[in-house]
Parts: sequence; structure tokens; C-alpha cells
Amino acid sequence: MSKIREAFSGGKAFIPFITCGDPDITTTKRVIHEAVRNGADIIELGIPFSDPTAEGEVIQSANYRALKNGVTTDKIFDMVRDLRRDINIPLVFMTYANVVFSYGSEKFISTCRDIEIDGLILPDVPFEEKDEFLPFCKSYGVDLVSMVAPTSEDRIAMISREAEGFLYVVSSLGVTGVRERITTDLAAIVGAARKNSDVPCAIGFGISTPEQARKMSEIADGVIVGSAVMRIIARYGNESPRYVGEYVKSMQDAIRKF
Amino acid sequence: MKVSIVARHKSSVNGINTMTNEAGRFGIYGGQYIPETLMNTVIELEQAYNRFKDDPDFNAELSALLNEYAGRPSRLYYARRMTESLGGAKIYLKREDLNHTGAHKINNVLGQALLAKRMGKTRLIAETGAGQHGVATATAAALMGMSCVVFMGEEDMKRQALNVYRMRLLGADVVAVSTGTGTLKDAVSKAFAEWTSRISDTHYCLGSAMGPHPFPAIVRDFQSVISREIRAQILEREGRLPDAVIACVGGGSNAIGSFWHFIGDEGVRLIGCEAAGRGVDTFETAATIATGRVGIFHGFKSYFCQDKFGQIAPVYSISAGLDYPGIGPEHAHLHDTGRAEYVPVTDEEAVSAFEYLSRTEGIIPAIESAHALSCAMKIAPEMSRENIIVVTVSGRGDKDCAAIARYRGENISE
Repeated sequence: MSKIREAFSGGKAFIPFITCGDPDITTTKRVIHEAVRNGADIIELGIPFSDPTAEGEVIQSANYRALKNGVTTDKIFDMVRDLRRDINIPLVFMTYANVVFSYGSEKFISTCRDIEIDGLILPDVPFEEKDEFLPFCKSYGVDLVSMVAPTSEDRIAMISREAEGFLYVVSSLGVTGVRERITTDLAAIVGAARKNSDVPCAIGFGISTPEQARKMSEIADGVIVGSAVMRIIARYGNESPRYVGEYVKSMQDAIRKF
Repeated sequence: MKVSIVARHKSSVNGINTMTNEAGRFGIYGGQYIPETLMNTVIELEQAYNRFKDDPDFNAELSALLNEYAGRPSRLYYARRMTESLGGAKIYLKREDLNHTGAHKINNVLGQALLAKRMGKTRLIAETGAGQHGVATATAAALMGMSCVVFMGEEDMKRQALNVYRMRLLGADVVAVSTGTGTLKDAVSKAFAEWTSRISDTHYCLGSAMGPHPFPAIVRDFQSVISREIRAQILEREGRLPDAVIACVGGGSNAIGSFWHFIGDEGVRLIGCEAAGRGVDTFETAATIATGRVGIFHGFKSYFCQDKFGQIAPVYSISAGLDYPGIGPEHAHLHDTGRAEYVPVTDEEAVSAFEYLSRTEGIIPAIESAHALSCAMKIAPEMSRENIIVVTVSGRGDKDCAAIARYRGENISE
């Protein structure tokens, strides 16, 4: 069993997303430590991209700030190497196809193995294009995380049958960002996935409050939160680690009850 | 026999491989690198396109629109004074600037709007750089009673204020995009994001031969009317094919449309002119083939201007329509196979050509098209009087007058 799947075995998983290098690498490291201390089960580390097309305003701005402050893929690799001295929970990278492709897909993915990155999420790589990266992910033991969306319908079976690590269930149409209400019939999507696969399902996009997280964890195995975390970081900058910690704890408390 | 308006998908044209598999690859280029949310939508679009592209009713309706509304076929004009002044090859201009709305963009837009309508869509969204594609989309939406939203970079809205007004006059909402560099690439990103959030009633009318499959093929097919006409017109006038066909390339829709029916004729040089901005040895350039490398962006694999870590470069050109960091996947393939050549043309060269054509032929070309004219001005004198060059004048230059005046140090206001 992959380390990612193990992270779901102790109950519902809370997965915060953090854009690396916003406002700087030092703060990102402290945020990650706080998130782990407060019960994060997996952490999704965003490698910034100049044109993050799947992101809403909050994470877009985080990407621009991080790049402006000079973060690069290599600096993020160094950061992870450093974090791995005392952090054991699964870490996954979330970035865009060009960041991996341009680095050299094999070089990027073999480095992931070396620094103990457990998975890779590429929102602009659908099922039809995953062979661009999958062979390297398989040879280096990095889970390539698949996504299903509210529009996937007949594609859910095909996608979930080959899913690895966990299945990322996109809660709503559109880009990432906090939403007041999520109206998609997520139970039906998760149900269709479970018919075809035993990988855990985690719901992301639009979730920000403990109430929403609780509701989502009734349906799925885990909850992913990005924009709400990055909003805290945008607001508090290098003072943000303790606020992120408090937030992670509140979300964790909300879903632990299940 | 009724001839289909759109080019048929072929696996090869006289041995040149154009599309190698069902996922829309041109060699290694193209593909569908898009969020899962859009996958069923592009699959549905491909199915609809395959159903309608050979449908006699669809083609009859499109044909009538192109002829009666857009004013096709466009003229192939012998530029006598330009030919004489350059003293070499005979120069013909394919006058896409004479189309309704003033550019080649209308060819593709009428096709896609008609297709969207057949698919039951009621709303068109589009990106625009110079504003020509936005104006064409707003026009088609008005004509067909559809609603329309155009995304345009904040920078470009300043450069092309006249086109912004035209779009609003035509009933479209123009949304300013301030993210990133506030230019064409950001408008494309924003249009994709909008499509991801509203799919059921909306068609994304992509303006160039780029983006995820099936867009590069659809746009190519609808624009291939340009080369179909050039071929027939030049055969009628000269009894033979041209020695070179020249067009400007941003994403590459007028160029692929101008090249398509000549790809199998190896004696015809195909030359795409990229915007070099202030020069290919500066960072202020948009010449993708000259300065980019292979990457994946906006749904397709091709050449892109980018840094060492794959961050897309902030490109620059005086021409808002060529100011894009990538090039359509079919052009990337034509470049790799050597079938087409891609040459950089600087702002200064393009502005000179803009002024030259205005004075010499009484035709004010779009600054985009002036890049192609500049290349013709360079190569025509080196060719013999028996040679023939066709240059596609992709659009008219009224929209550019204020910007060119500014470039020359003169401020004009209307």
C-alpha cells in the first residue's frame, strides 16, 4: 500500500494545500510544520506556475507572489529535502504539466522519489494525456493522482479504475476558490468511483469552513482545502504559521468526529 | 457535386503527415492538456464537428454566410506598384482585410458560431488580442442572436480602444483581464476558466489554430478557405502555383489557412512571420520558433517562450494580435519537418512595411499582416520576375493607426 493510501486508514483525512514560496520559503516551511503539528494527514505542496489556469484569484495571486520572490523548482526541492528530516506524513506536489515537462519529466519525477515526494497532481493532465508522465511515475514509485469532476459522468469508471494514491474529486465547476455552497451531487460521484476502485476519495475546490468539511467528510474519505489556507497566508504573511495551525486544527476537529 | 467548405481531416497530404492519431496530434505536438472538467465538453465538440463538417445543410448555410455576409471569396490582388518598386518576384496580395469586420477571423467565427448553434449553445465566449477576433465573435453573436462575452487583456484594451468600442456596440460584454501580463495569453487563460465554470449553454469560440484538440483542426479547416481560394485564383490568373506563400503567425490561424492547400505542393515555399518585437536577442520578443522550446500550455504541446523552469515568458510585440508566447501545434510540426519556414520580423520592420504598403498600394494593412509584408519586401528583390509570391493581408490597419502614430512619436486623438 502506498504511503498516501495509508494516510487514509486512520479515519477521514485532512489535506491542506500550500503554495510554496508565498511569501517566502522560510514561511512555507514554518506553515508546513504547524499544519503537521495540528493534524494534517497529507500536505499538497503547490509549485508555482506563471499561468495557473485552474486556480481562482487567491491561489493565482499566491503563485505570482511566490514567483516574484524568486522561488524555483530547485529551491522547492531543497526545501522538501530539508523538511524530510523531521516530517513523515505524505507530501504531494501540485503543479502544471509544463513545470514537470520543462524540467525533464524523468529528472523531475526521479527527484520526487529522492526527496520522498509521494504523489503528483497535475490539473492540466487528464486521463487521455497521463501517459506523458505515468511511465516515470510508475518506475520511480510516485503516485500520479487522478481527478474526477462534476462533468465527468461516464468517465468516472474509467478514471477511477486506474486511480492511484487517492482520487481527487473536484466539487464544483470552475476554478479553485472559496464557495458558499456546493451543489454537485458528490455522493453520486463518489459512489460511482467506489464501484470501480478502492482508492480513497478526497473532495477539493471551494471548501473553507469546518461545517463544509464535516459535510464533505460524510461523503468522502478526505477533504482538500487550498484557497482558505492561502487566504490566511496572504493576510498574515510571515506571521501566518500559527493562524494556519489553528485553522488546520479546527478543520481536523470537524472531520475527526466521523 | 457539392464541395465541402471545410477541409477534410486527412491522415496525410501528399506524404506530409498532418494528423497522426485521434487525440489530435501533429507529430508530437497538440493533444488535450486540459482540466478533467472540460474533457466531456471537448469530446462533445469533436463529435458535433465530425457530424456537421461534411453535412450538406451545414455547409450550404456556412457557404451562404461566407459569401453573402462576409463577402467571400476575398480578392487576390496583383500588387503592381509594389512588384515594380521591389524589382523582383511578382507579388499578389490575398485580401482578407476586405472581409466583413476587416480580417480573416470572421471565416473561423462564422463556422464555429454555426456549429455552436447546432449544438444548442446560446452563448459565445472568446479571447482577443488585437480585438479582431473579439469583433468577429461579437458580430457573429449579433447575427445569430446569441449572447457574447469577450476577454481582453487590460494592456491590449488600451492599445486597441477602437475595437473595444466596436465589440460593445455589437452587444458584447468586454471583460478586462488584468492577471499576469494583461495580454492575449491571459485572455486565453481567462476564457478557459470561464468555460470551465459555465459549460452547458456556452461555446468557447477559440480564435487561433491552437488550444486543445479539436480546436487546432477546427480553426485550420474553417480558415483553409483562404488557401483554397488562393489556389484557384492564382491558377486562373497565372496558370501555375506560386513560388511562395507568406503569412504572419501568432497562434497561426491565417497562416495555417493560407498554407493548408499548398502543403502537398513541395515547390511552394511556406513562410510564417513571427513577431520579433525589439529583436530575437532581447527579452522583448514574441518569436516562439526563434526563441522558444517545446512545452505544454493552454491545452497543447508546442513551442513556447519560457524560462529554464518552464515559467511562460512575458512576451512583447507592437502587434497585440501576435503577442502570444506559443504557436499552433500544426506549425510546430511543419517547422520540425522543414515543410514551412518561420522567420522573425521586428517592430521596426513591420512598421516600415505598414507605411510602405499604405503609400505604395493605397492599402493600410493590419500591423500583424505588415510582418508578412516585410518578409515579402526582403525576399522579392532576390527572386526573378518569373517568380510569384502570395502574401496574405490578414486584416486592415485602421485599428493600428493611433499606435503606429505613437510609435513614430505623434499623438493623435479622434
